Amino acid sequence: METILSPEKKELICIGCPLGCNVAVELEDGQITAITGNTCPRGADYVRKELTDPKRIVTSLVRVKGGELAVVPVKTVSDIPKGQVMDCIRELKAVELNAPVSMGDVAVKNVCGTGVDVVVTANVEKGTSCIEE
Amino acid sequence: MGSACKVHGWVERMRVDLVIIGGGPAGLAAAIAAREAGIENLVILERDARLGGILNQCIHNGFGLHTFKEELTGPEYAGRYIEKVREMKIPYRLDTIVIDLGETQEDCADHGEEAGRVNGESGGRRSAAEGVREQSRGGRARKLVTAMSRKDGLYTIEAEAVILAMGCRERPRGALNIPGYRPAGIYSAGTAQRYVNMEGRMPGREVVILGSGDIGLIMARRMTLEGAKVKLVAELMPYSGGLKRNIVQCLDDYGIPLRLRTTVVNIKGKERVEAVVVAKVDENSRPIPGTEEEIPCDTLLLSCGLIPENELSGKLGLAMNPATNGPLVNESLETGVPGVFACGNVLHVHDLVDYVSEEAAQAGRKAASYLQGNLPKPQEEIPVRVGKGVRYTVPGAVDVRRMGETQLIRFRVDNVYRDKNLEVCLNGKPVSSRRKRMLAPGEMEQVVLRKADLEGVLDLREISLQIVD
Repeated sequence: METILSPEKKELICIGCPLGCNVAVELEDGQITAITGNTCPRGADYVRKELTDPKRIVTSLVRVKGGELAVVPVKTVSDIPKGQVMDCIRELKAVELNAPVSMGDVAVKNVCGTGVDVVVTANVEKGTSCIEE
Repeated sequence: MGSACKVHGWVERMRVDLVIIGGGPAGLAAAIAAREAGIENLVILERDARLGGILNQCIHNGFGLHTFKEELTGPEYAGRYIEKVREMKIPYRLDTIVIDLGETQEDCADHGEEAGRVNGESGGRRSAAEGVREQSRGGRARKLVTAMSRKDGLYTIEAEAVILAMGCRERPRGALNIPGYRPAGIYSAGTAQRYVNMEGRMPGREVVILGSGDIGLIMARRMTLEGAKVKLVAELMPYSGGLKRNIVQCLDDYGIPLRLRTTVVNIKGKERVEAVVVAKVDENSRPIPGTEEEIPCDTLLLSCGLIPENELSGKLGLAMNPATNGPLVNESLETGVPGVFACGNVLHVHDLVDYVSEEAAQAGRKAASYLQGNLPKPQEEIPVRVGKGVRYTVPGAVDVRRMGETQLIRFRVDNVYRDKNLEVCLNGKPVSSRRKRMLAPGEMEQVVLRKADLEGVLDLREISLQIVD
């Protein structure tokens, strides 16, 4: 969320950790001249990145065949450009893994050409899920 | 055999040093800490088919920043602890629900000798800890944990100590007094989370969320990513109950509107939700006539607060804190019944699992001290009182003799405060003050008391926290 106070001043809430610092940024000709209100260096990194190249880690699900659960959670190993989040989700919808799957297994390599892999974040053993289709 | 034992005498009876009720983040961390402190004979009882508790359905990232210095998803965070429990060969029983909690009469103290043990590793041998304990504590009543599972039937475990780690549950519609029909399509946010994240089912396509607690915010994003249209998050209070980062990442990122001081005043639809009516509320949280707006939708998610799950605590007659809905505990996280400890969301609802793990580990260590005869009976419990702006503290009392060099006090404030001081007072006199840029009810705060400071006050009667200018 960014609050534009004036053309030269913006306030953002850092999402680097649950503290959620209100970080004020001063700009001159689009260049950052001052960052205040952050309690740690991550706050400064966050606003710099958020104003120039916003990124997000994506967490979602992929389908699993023959597992005790019908789906398994996944995440991008690192953050990807915010604008590609929905593309990433669409690509994951087409994926189906075969049980068993383990935490850390790669579900999709280089998702949406971001260079970032999507990995499985839970274990699903072979079995019958509660959803019979 | 005493009369109290006879009641339970017909079912299988086991004896352990420590029973941990709940295999979620609190139970896992408590078990690991107790084992690390030397408690061999313990067991975790878990109601679900797997360990990990609610973390299993929290597939989003952001867990473990404090503990592991990296951002994990819920299942990954739980996985670290589950792996350790398995490595340490800590026994656990799944699909097992505890239905009763009580105490033995003192004359039952020797009865358990003949009974079997849950932990095969310990064999029938009496542990050294047990010897020390019986000497130091005499005939102190044991705890009776009555559990049930499809596999083992009904049975009772006799334990020297119990850690309550049952977590919490969501406030249901019935507790919210929302008028209207009872059509399909109304879910608590956590139920919807389980459907979506563990069962791969979608509860609906057009969604309104009442309550801006973290689960509601997380589900707003989750439902959006799964193709639903989240039309609105309505919050009764003038501020969100969720973490700020979740408002940014879950609502703002997807353009989902958050309306504060707004509530649902009617639910329309007979078979299935067809629309909800929202209205603005006044400062007394009463709907303002004329501000109603009908929002067509097929699903209403409720994220209106969490309630510690304390039915079992009630069976022991534990004194409760009305502000937390959890048991009252002292500095050792020990409840009013000696040897019964509480930690995690059953004690008070946390916003970060890291703090749950930390708190639970303390409960595990204290339970170990109790079992090893190193935790003296509480003698002088100094109450921790809530002053201006503070809603509750955990613990609610401190025995200076039993505390470590420092004692962590966790608390929540009752409103949003900016640029205020958090003051710690002893016998009403301020002894420390810390400037806070921002305090909000949704974010748990903590303050550290130093033993030296407490010991330095003659005739200490009261510790209090307050928010001042």
